[in-house]
Amino acid sequence: MKKGSMEIRIGCCLTGAIILLALISLFYTPYDINYMDIRMRMAPPSLQHLFGTDNMGRDVFSRAITGARFTLLVAVSTVAGCTLISSVLGLASGYVGGLVDEVIMRIIDAINSFPGILIALIIVTVMQHGSYTIILALCIMFIPSFTRIVRTGTLQYKNAEFVKCNRVFGDSEIRLLLVHIFPNILPLLLSSVIVGLSNAILAEASMSYLGLGIQPPAPSWGRMPYEAQSIIFSAPWCALAPGLMIVVTIVGFNCIGEGLRKKYL
Amino acid sequence: MRYILRKTFILIITLLLISLLTFLAFHIIPGDPARLILGTEASEEKLQLLRQQLGTDLPLYQQYFRWISGLLAGDPGNSIRYSVPVMELLAGRIQVTVLMGLMVILMVLLFSIPLGVFAARMRGTWVEQLVNAVTMLGISFPGFFLSILFMWIFGLVLHLFTPGRYVSYTTDPAGFLQYMFFPALSIAIPEIAILTKYVRTAVLEEMDKDYVRTAKGKGIAMRGILYGHILRNAIVAVVPLIGMIIGSIFSGSIIVEQVYGIPGIGRLLISSVTGRDFPLTQTLVMYIALVIVLTNFIVDILIQLIDPRIRLSRASRS
Repeated sequence: MKKGSMEIRIGCCLTGAIILLALISLFYTPYDINYMDIRMRMAPPSLQHLFGTDNMGRDVFSRAITGARFTLLVAVSTVAGCTLISSVLGLASGYVGGLVDEVIMRIIDAINSFPGILIALIIVTVMQHGSYTIILALCIMFIPSFTRIVRTGTLQYKNAEFVKCNRVFGDSEIRLLLVHIFPNILPLLLSSVIVGLSNAILAEASMSYLGLGIQPPAPSWGRMPYEAQSIIFSAPWCALAPGLMIVVTIVGFNCIGEGLRKKYL
Repeated sequence: MRYILRKTFILIITLLLISLLTFLAFHIIPGDPARLILGTEASEEKLQLLRQQLGTDLPLYQQYFRWISGLLAGDPGNSIRYSVPVMELLAGRIQVTVLMGLMVILMVLLFSIPLGVFAARMRGTWVEQLVNAVTMLGISFPGFFLSILFMWIFGLVLHLFTPGRYVSYTTDPAGFLQYMFFPALSIAIPEIAILTKYVRTAVLEEMDKDYVRTAKGKGIAMRGILYGHILRNAIVAVVPLIGMIIGSIFSGSIIVEQVYGIPGIGRLLISSVTGRDFPLTQTLVMYIALVIVLTNFIVDILIQLIDPRIRLSRASRS
């Protein structure tokens, strides 16, 4: 078997399952996510309630798969936006060099000096509380690492023989960057994107846990464990279900990332 | 020497940028702190008086200089919510977070270096696969989930500590350690996983080098080469990660202190954020960034000092 393809397969199965559940939740959930069945409070997992019910008698399975939807949406949009911005910054920084490079890198360094979650925290605090502020916050949090990766890649290929050759043939600088240099960075960027997805999910869940992500009563993977924390002894499934779904998703993405890294590098 | 000068220059620029970014972030928000304190019913004179006291009636650049000089002098002003100097709020909490941080660093080093070396020695066996799988799991648990799990398993089921009943280090040092063990472990586990992987790669890289082959050829036992030569070089490769670990300790403490109810810096930060106490948040953020930037600076210099190869390669280049 080719190197890394085992990891990619495992990863795709795990994340695929979660994405499938999230998609199903768009059309069908076993119970309404806000329906409270008082007689069934904190019911353990059974055939009627796959992951049991919480302290208000809401079905944990329905809520957990609905939570997946928001978390995945935030993670994907974060990484997409961040990749776009970082590609421009990284290419400019690496290719133009000089003062442009210096300015971009100093700002990146400055942002990088804040521990990850802190940046997100500041931005969410400062901005008005919209449900999608979190995307912007996480985006800025991930820009430094992505920009660095693109910049390193650009530097690596900037003076490569094939680039020099095409420059002699009269290719414009933009064409050199987009057609000859950027595609070579893609494999590296791709595995970072996958790892970025898992980091974005972790960060989103942490922010929701702190009450700075999606607002209740909408279910989210971070908020559900928070709400279940006080009943963890009598109803552990309320915290375990969303928590383990996060773990499965992240293991999945990390497996794919690892596999891609082995395959291409 | 030139390297240190350049690094110092970058350090100053970075610190300036950080302070500017932090300051601007908290001053572009609409809203009047004076009105926030006095409420919407307050009279105009009272508001004006308080604005003068807080300095919010000054132009932005003057406010910035006031804040910066205050920070440098160790007096960054008052908290809006608690109406006490920020320093007073920090005083009791900083030790808690620092002690927890030290526990985390100790755990990370104690576990990851032996584990990484062990994994490297077992190259190509099922043990290596196992270590890979475990480290993968280690980085996949969100801090808050790990904390909740520990609280449930070790706190409520096994009764190793009482969740939510924080023990102060001044009254009962042993109880403090006992209470802080699991919070520290919750922060440490992902770091251990990352570092184990890193140590393993570093050791494997060293193993393929010529000097190891020479040593083998001379008949030195693998154990001797490993601990006498390889480990020393591999540890050098780990030093740059210290800055990252310090950063993760702060990020981790924000979450973990919240879960376990530990009165440290992270918890203060969250309560300042949710209470919209911006002067306090701004100062906390600045101090945390300062610690991280300084650590990274020291680490960079340290690497230069302990690894002659880097020093020489730089000297020959310039």
